[in-house]
Amino acid sequence: MKPYLKQSAIWGFVVLELIFFSVAGEFLSLSDKAFMDLDNMLLLFKQSAPIGIIALGMTVVMINGNIDLSVGAIFALCAIIMLDSMKWPIFAGLGDWVILVGWLLALLSGMVLGLINGLIVWKTGVDAFIVTLGSMLGYRGLVFMYNGENPTSNLNWTMVDIAEADILGIETPTIVFVICTILVWLLMTRTVHGRNAYAIGDNREAAVNAGIRVGPHMVWNFVLIGFLAALSAVVFYSASGSVNPNDGTLYELWVITAVVLGGTKLTGGSGSVIATFGGVIAIQLLRKGLGHIGADTAMVNLVIGLILIAVLFLDRQLNRKGKEELRT
Amino acid sequence: MTDIPALRLQDIVKTFPGVRALDGVSFQVMPGEVHALLGENGAGKSTLMKVLGGIHQPDEGKIFIAEQPAIMKSPLDAKSKGVVFIHQELSLADELSAAENIYLGELPRKSFGRVDWKTLYEKSDAILARLKCSFDSRKLVGDLSIANKQMVEIARALTVDAKAVIFDEPTASLTDAEKVVLFDVINDLRSDGVGVVYISHRMDEIFTISDKISVLRDGSYRGSLVTADTDEDEVTKLMIGRSLDSENPIVPAKKGPIALEVQGLSCGDLFQNVSFKVHEGEVVGFYGLVGAGRTEIAETLFGLRAPSAGKILLEGKEVKIASPIEAIGHGISLVPEDRKGQGLVLGMNCKDNMTLPQISDLTAGPFVSDGAEVAIFDQYRDRLQIKTPGWRQKVGNLSGGNQQKIVIGKWLSMAPKVLIVDEPTRGIDVGSKAEIHNLIRDLASQGYAVIVISSEMPEVLRVSDRVVAMFHGEIIREFTSDEVNEDNLVQAISGIRTTKVA
Repeated sequence: MKPYLKQSAIWGFVVLELIFFSVAGEFLSLSDKAFMDLDNMLLLFKQSAPIGIIALGMTVVMINGNIDLSVGAIFALCAIIMLDSMKWPIFAGLGDWVILVGWLLALLSGMVLGLINGLIVWKTGVDAFIVTLGSMLGYRGLVFMYNGENPTSNLNWTMVDIAEADILGIETPTIVFVICTILVWLLMTRTVHGRNAYAIGDNREAAVNAGIRVGPHMVWNFVLIGFLAALSAVVFYSASGSVNPNDGTLYELWVITAVVLGGTKLTGGSGSVIATFGGVIAIQLLRKGLGHIGADTAMVNLVIGLILIAVLFLDRQLNRKGKEELRT
Repeated sequence: MTDIPALRLQDIVKTFPGVRALDGVSFQVMPGEVHALLGENGAGKSTLMKVLGGIHQPDEGKIFIAEQPAIMKSPLDAKSKGVVFIHQELSLADELSAAENIYLGELPRKSFGRVDWKTLYEKSDAILARLKCSFDSRKLVGDLSIANKQMVEIARALTVDAKAVIFDEPTASLTDAEKVVLFDVINDLRSDGVGVVYISHRMDEIFTISDKISVLRDGSYRGSLVTADTDEDEVTKLMIGRSLDSENPIVPAKKGPIALEVQGLSCGDLFQNVSFKVHEGEVVGFYGLVGAGRTEIAETLFGLRAPSAGKILLEGKEVKIASPIEAIGHGISLVPEDRKGQGLVLGMNCKDNMTLPQISDLTAGPFVSDGAEVAIFDQYRDRLQIKTPGWRQKVGNLSGGNQQKIVIGKWLSMAPKVLIVDEPTRGIDVGSKAEIHNLIRDLASQGYAVIVISSEMPEVLRVSDRVVAMFHGEIIREFTSDEVNEDNLVQAISGIRTTKVA
């Protein structure tokens, strides 16, 4: 039991949540629908997608020994670029192809913003926490410079159709989230880049001594998370068609919460993309479940905060080697 | 002195889930006695010390201080009872003064919690004087040499009326000259009637300093010997339960052509105008005090430092080495000094560590090929006789000797021409040392050009075909294995340029 729990504590937690909310829902819920209703679960995946897609990138960056606090701002900025660029006069003759242009521009912007983060971290040697704290403020500043306090809107029904299309009831955001999870998982477990990212995060000096180019690997990971933040914006705003300048605020914290809940270490070198997927689902389950049994948002945040600490404490207890570690 | 032991442990048992770390260990130190405690890694020395220091509580057994039963609740509690530790890894705050470090946690106070600086410095200076240290206790610890830091650590132990002082591998980072000073201090403690427990891997030190030797193996006590009546073989047998693997006699190298030549290489203040040659099939040992510039030369050859002047020639052709990547490309490999900090990724398994520098060449399509990796791992596991349950084992769980072999295997798999090994047996137990030494000799006979940097004289003398003695960043003298001996080597590394051939 213990080794199994160690490896996949998060899935045990997800199962626990499902059982709890199903049972509690019977007594407390006002709706007569079961919590584990298929539609409800599909909705859950769809709602997890925006945070989840970014969390995949955050897992990679954190395994690599860095962190990216600017993802929320990148998310908002790319959303604005996508929606606004579709109205630019130079693309006027493109018809619905303009959607594709908007998407590509948004994804490209995300990658460029990530590249800027990565290059600064590499070339200056300043801690990623500080660099991305700065770029978080900077990128958010760009968001407000774009359109002041006003929302940026562009509702394109073709785009909405694509964003809300489904295969056997599974909608676009869920499909994108799952495909990204598989691809990033393959990247981290099967490729040279992934292996080197783990090595750099675990022991940077040993990685340098093994002839690994530390800087470029880190930069690529920042580009990846920038891309994924932009992809998240593309998926979400293609459906909603309107972005407020404050959208995406605090996303970085939700994303990090999900990643950490999945067991990735803040110090780098250890973590799993699949476990992050579990962390994302666990948080969304908690939100939906607490809503299902009638708790309000304030209560939801309180509970998530407590559970985060409880889970990490449990993880620490499970992963400790006897009582050998130092008392501090 | 007296017949009451300063410290006595009786039938200590300590179990961890799945392991009986200590199995009824009894052990005692008389006042004025230096008692060496020996055992291979994992024999239970550290656990015993943690029990003694109050970090672990024993499951069974008792601790007596001067025959009074004592329960150690914490390291601080142990210290207040007169049992103090000098640890292998220094635990000092670099940004504080020596005096503040000596009285850390128990600074003398005045009213309102203000620090009584005057008393602090007076008391600290007195302790440092007792240790015959010449530096001021106001000096920042970060500015002190390693040896002086060690003295601060010892001074810290002397702030209480110590009944027993435990030295845990105290010479790990000291040079031979600095060891002499440490041994003086230990001798002083002995004549003051303090019981000294001395833990070390190094046989020569133990025979120099100790009165008695006790041996632990597999968590149980294997007996005590009076140092004067025993010899290394007997101790070793007790320790590893068998006779030591004999070291292969040195077969003088069949020198091939020159693999590496360095001409007038300098790097700022670190080393100046260094020139030497290494032939294929030859081991060149670099010996000197810590800070003599040996490691820095290795780092420069490996592209980690930029030289300020001089040339590096590989097989007669001048090369510029700007990074480890380029060094590896030229066939230069470095087995670094700090195995865990610089050589291994401890969270990764054996296979991943072994193939780390070359996985980009082991791909099948976009993915790393497990099969190719395992093939390489198996090959070098067999060649170097690495003992591991399998390639999935995390390197962090291997013994020091096997970890070192993983690092060496990692570089051999890259087919290097020049192999630089910095402190090949640091922190490796006696049983595995001979194995590593034999391995280094084997590598030379297979035609690799090997540079060995070591602070252990027996090691340098053991493995080298030629010895280069360094002092303050300069090469003082080069010896062939015929002319080198302990005396002229000690002179050379102390900066005495002698032309007289011994």
